[in-house]
Formats: sequence, C-alpha cells, structure tokens
Amino acid sequence: MCSKTAQIRLVSSHPEVYEPCDDSFALVDALLADRVNLLSHRPTICMEVGCGSGYVITSLALMLGNEAPGIHYLATDINPNAVKVTQETLESHGVHAELLTTDIASGLERRLAGCVDIMVVNPPYVPTPEDEVGGEGITSAWAGGENGRSVIDKILAFADTLLSEKGWLYMVTLTANNPSEICLLMRAKGYDAKIVVQRSTEEESLHVIKFWRALDFQGEGKEMVAAEKTIPSRVMESLLSQFPRLPFWKSSNSTL
Amino acid sequence: MLSCNIKGVTNGFPLRIEAEKVVEKQVDFNADFLKNMFPKIEWKALVAAAKSMGYTDLPDQAESSMIDSEEFLKKFHHALLQLHLEEGALICPETGRRFPVNKGIPNMLLHEDEV
Repeated sequence: MCSKTAQIRLVSSHPEVYEPCDDSFALVDALLADRVNLLSHRPTICMEVGCGSGYVITSLALMLGNEAPGIHYLATDINPNAVKVTQETLESHGVHAELLTTDIASGLERRLAGCVDIMVVNPPYVPTPEDEVGGEGITSAWAGGENGRSVIDKILAFADTLLSEKGWLYMVTLTANNPSEICLLMRAKGYDAKIVVQRSTEEESLHVIKFWRALDFQGEGKEMVAAEKTIPSRVMESLLSQFPRLPFWKSSNSTL
Repeated sequence: MLSCNIKGVTNGFPLRIEAEKVVEKQVDFNADFLKNMFPKIEWKALVAAAKSMGYTDLPDQAESSMIDSEEFLKKFHHALLQLHLEEGALICPETGRRFPVNKGIPNMLLHEDEV
C-alpha cells in the first residue's frame, strides 16, 4: 500500500531542524485536497522553499509520483542540517528531489526563471525582532521579523521570478501576517488567490493560500477547473477582516 | 542551473565543476520531461558539466530537431538526470569562489560580505 503522504515515523529529525507540525500538515492537506488538479496540471518542476524535515516535499512527491512520473522535485533550505534531514526523509520513502542549501532560491533565479510549475512554502512567519531573521539553526524556521513578513515578502519576490506562466504557489500564513495585504500585493503582480485551507487554534489562525497568475480576458482558461472559484480581492479583504486579531503564536516547536 | 550570486558578479554562469566523486543514479526515462526541459538548457554548459564528470558522449551542439531521436534523448537523460556530483565543488567563473558539494548537496550560502 503506498501512502499518499510522508509517514511521521519515517521522517528524519535533528535538534536544529523544524519537525512537522500543524502548519506542515495544513499545507500537505491543501495539496492533497488539490491533488486531482495538480495531476491534471501536468507540472514539470515542483519546488519547496524551506524544506525543513522534508515532510512536505516528500508528501508531494508521494502523492503525485505514481500517476505522474517525470516530475522533477527541488527543495531548498537555508539550514544545512535541514537539507540533510530532508535527504534522509526522501530516501526513507523511496522518492527523490534535488536539494540545495541556499537562501530561498539564491543562485537559481537566473536560470530557473519561469520554470517552476508548483511552488510550496511553509515560511518562517512568526513575528519576531528583525535580528532573529535568517539566523543559524532552527530559529530560521520560524523567525519572520516585523509582522512575520520579512522572509515571506522575499519569497514572494522570488516566486514571481521562478513561477512559470501556469505556475501555482501554495503558502502558509498566519492572520498576523496580514494575508489580505499579501493577496493585494500579489494581485498587483497579476496573481489571483484563494484560501484553500484554514486551521484555527486557540492562539492563532493558519491560512494556506494558493496563488496563480490571473488570466486576462484573452486567456485560454484551460487552467481553471470547474471546482475552483476565484474570490475577488475586495470580498477576500472583508472576509479576512472578520477574523479576530489573535495573540501571536509564540511556541512553534510544539510536537503533537 | 545554478549561477553565482555574489554581488557584483555579472557573469556567474555556468559554474565550473570540480568533481571529486560522481555517482550514476538510475532514473526512469521520461521523454516528455526531457522534451520539456530541453529548451531551458544551455547546451554548452551541460556538455562541459558532463565532461567534467567523466561523460563525453554528448554531442557538442544540439538542435531541437534532435529531441525526436531516442538515441539522443537517452544521452541527454543520462547527462541531465543520472550523473550526480556527490562530492566536489562548483566554481564561480568570474571570482573563483568555491561552493562546496557534499553528499550531492551544493551549499550556495553566501558570506555576509558577499551579499
């Protein structure tokens, strides 16, 4: 029996590497829910930025792998230990991805521009002092600077360069990151967005947002599957503003 | 596909390969994937990279008409997907900066003064 997602008991670990948590599961659930669309989308290159333990990229490779051979998977992390752990996790599940230790996608953006069809990110989104951002070790897994947006905003810029015409981006955000503002920023770059998964805990709300390049009226429309509905950004704004401002989620290393 | 990102470097691609250990992996052949990737490949860079890893069977030049040939695709497949640099380094053509590769993973992290 092939598992469609990575198995926790086979996921490797290291004290300086972020273990799969609610946000990782939310992202994988979002991908699983969209699996049929992902397969019919026929991606060539799928990429994860910030692979951590490897849970997400491994799950993606497993859920698409059998029915869609010939997809190339890439994953990066700024923490060399995370990349090593990801390698072990991939191996223990019998799947393969090209791995790279780098800051988001630094080094790839010139040659891989416009090549990535699916990008998945569970970024460091916790609001922290700026000087904690991009640090060594496990802090880099959650430290997001002001409003938790320092790294997210950088990632979005890279995404815009790397994503192909038909590229999709799935990103995990907190309410504290101001998702409606993120969607507006992306709208200005020509992306539509929708919240595909939402999880609320006592302390915070997680939103997994899916972005794709907006089709203009001349677009062929073949990327739009019947089940998908675009929420106009104005509606999205009012929708998101109804979520209460919850206290920041401080502990991001809780195990299940 | 990697290029050097040190600030001020204008010609950071292609990175030269210093191969200490090359591993050949078994990867399923998929013609569609190869045909999709072909237009994105800088052919000369691939040939040089393959040579530095000990593979000299790639033609020096390639045109899109060649992707209809299974023989060509098999060589392309081998060079692109099956040759893996396990240990060694990638070297910036402009600055000589070495990016180490260990266990197949390149480390592209820049020092503070390079960003």
